[in-house]
Amino acid sequence: MKALVIARLTFREGLRKKLVLGVVLLSLVFIVLYVWGFSLFVQDWRAMEARRAAAGAGMTLPYEVFASAMVLLGLWTVNFLAGVMTIFASVGTIASEIEQGTLHAIVPKPIRRWEIVLGKWLGYALMLVVYIAVMVATVVLTARFVGDYRPPNVLAAYGLILLVALILLSLTILGSTLFSTVANGVIVFMLYGMAITGGLVEQIGTALDNDVLIRIGVISSILVPSDSMWRLASYLVQPRLAVNFLGPNPFGTTVPPSTLAVWYSVAYALVLLLLAMLRFQRRDL
Amino acid sequence: MQPLLPGSQAEWAIETRGLRKVYGDRVALEDLSITVGHGEVFGFLGPNGAGKTTAVKILVGLIRPTAGTGWVLGRPLGDYRARRQIGYLPELFRFHDWLTGEELLDLHGQLYGLSRAERRRRIPEVLELVGLTEAARRRVRTYSKGMQQRIGIAQALLAEPRLVILDEPTSALDPLGRRDVRDLIRRLRSQGITVFLNSHLLSEVEAVCDRIAIVNRGRVVALGPMTTLLAGDLTVEFRLGSLPDGTLDALAQLVQVEELRPDPRPTIIARAPDEETIARAVDLLVESGIPVYGVIPERNSLEDLFVRLVNDESLESR
Repeated sequence: MKALVIARLTFREGLRKKLVLGVVLLSLVFIVLYVWGFSLFVQDWRAMEARRAAAGAGMTLPYEVFASAMVLLGLWTVNFLAGVMTIFASVGTIASEIEQGTLHAIVPKPIRRWEIVLGKWLGYALMLVVYIAVMVATVVLTARFVGDYRPPNVLAAYGLILLVALILLSLTILGSTLFSTVANGVIVFMLYGMAITGGLVEQIGTALDNDVLIRIGVISSILVPSDSMWRLASYLVQPRLAVNFLGPNPFGTTVPPSTLAVWYSVAYALVLLLLAMLRFQRRDL
Repeated sequence: MQPLLPGSQAEWAIETRGLRKVYGDRVALEDLSITVGHGEVFGFLGPNGAGKTTAVKILVGLIRPTAGTGWVLGRPLGDYRARRQIGYLPELFRFHDWLTGEELLDLHGQLYGLSRAERRRRIPEVLELVGLTEAARRRVRTYSKGMQQRIGIAQALLAEPRLVILDEPTSALDPLGRRDVRDLIRRLRSQGITVFLNSHLLSEVEAVCDRIAIVNRGRVVALGPMTTLLAGDLTVEFRLGSLPDGTLDALAQLVQVEELRPDPRPTIIARAPDEETIARAVDLLVESGIPVYGVIPERNSLEDLFVRLVNDESLESR
């Protein structure tokens, strides 16, 4: 399978990219701040608990609501960084290699063109599998060892955050078979931003009970289902108590997308990848 | 060398019929019909913008022709199975320059589907062939332009192809490097490997090619063996001791007199259809008792032919 040769090359190349390195450094800063922030939160909570106990007041809210909010914020950041990383890493994958001419020595080899596209997708996907696993593990382990809190459905949340990244990956790679690197970057970031905004609008719609706003959110999640998969992840990784307490909010949702939406998102990522393969098959270099 | 593909006992290594490529309203290649025989070194010539690189890209499957057909090693253009037997050096080559020379060749070997053992055998061989053994473990980024071109040639020869397509292989090389490539091409020919050479350098083509095609404005304006194309155009210079009356007229029966220089000795420059005629002209002069100090044939150079063909075309189209 020659696609694996390309996948390995892409993985190695991805690790060398400055933008990817930037995201990794940013992620390290985030990890340090996150561990530190979580421990501050735990200290404050204990101090508050002690004061309340001294005053003889009962507990108003359980600890897990706040610990869960900390986890939610952490995972939201991971989700965002993974999205940015995906787009930065793969934005020029086909386009810039056509522009530079590196593909001219590869394409005439006995490898099918679709294998090149698939290989690139696999290479970046592997990078994201590793990156997101490390980042989610950091957040979850911090909650456990610093905050003595275990969020539910961690694996499902991991899978969904990965799905968000893979949706963006397919979208970016398809774009890079159609547009120049710069145009592709602009288009993909606009779509990514639209998905995030659409999700926010839907939350506002839910809070205000406004059908039009909700519909805008639904349409945006059909166009680019990345944000709706994040919201499902956020719903699953919080205890029901925390979901109800937070209500509709920028980072989560009270109305989780259905299983159908998950299948739609998986199909979306696959179909876009197939379209990228088809498009590249016919492209003049 | 690898065996021919099954069912591909094709007459020609490359055959194209009426290849045409149009981008929007710009015609990059008008009508390309050429044949390249097995085991020959074929020179592909033409001025800038004649469509040479477009033609090469069609041959290796980088672009699809708008019209026309072709076969490479007996398989249709762009066929996946023929590619195993084709080595290609792109004109504007850019490799993954963060790899070392050795890693780069290993990557391309894998793309060719060579086994680990084959790669281990072939990579040192081709590195040696292009003189990069010393630089094998350096990153390609640190290579000079000439070295990058050499690693490109190494990559093209890696899988022991039957057909090697070189698009401007010496553009970044110094005179010594160019000579190395000429020797390399001759060596490939001696191994029975077909070489398709796209080059601006007429002297290079003249030195190594068996057959050539000259393209201009996307069409073939000359195609054939080098010797045939350059024949029929022999120019010869006779240096004589004297020139009695009537000799010139007698000579003009045989050859076409172009110029007569009386000083310091009578010198006649004439055109002859072939070498036999020149020999007869010499006989005539000797029989007439004229001292012949020198007979200097000047084979018409490829450059003359090229300039003439390309200029004729440009004049016609004005």
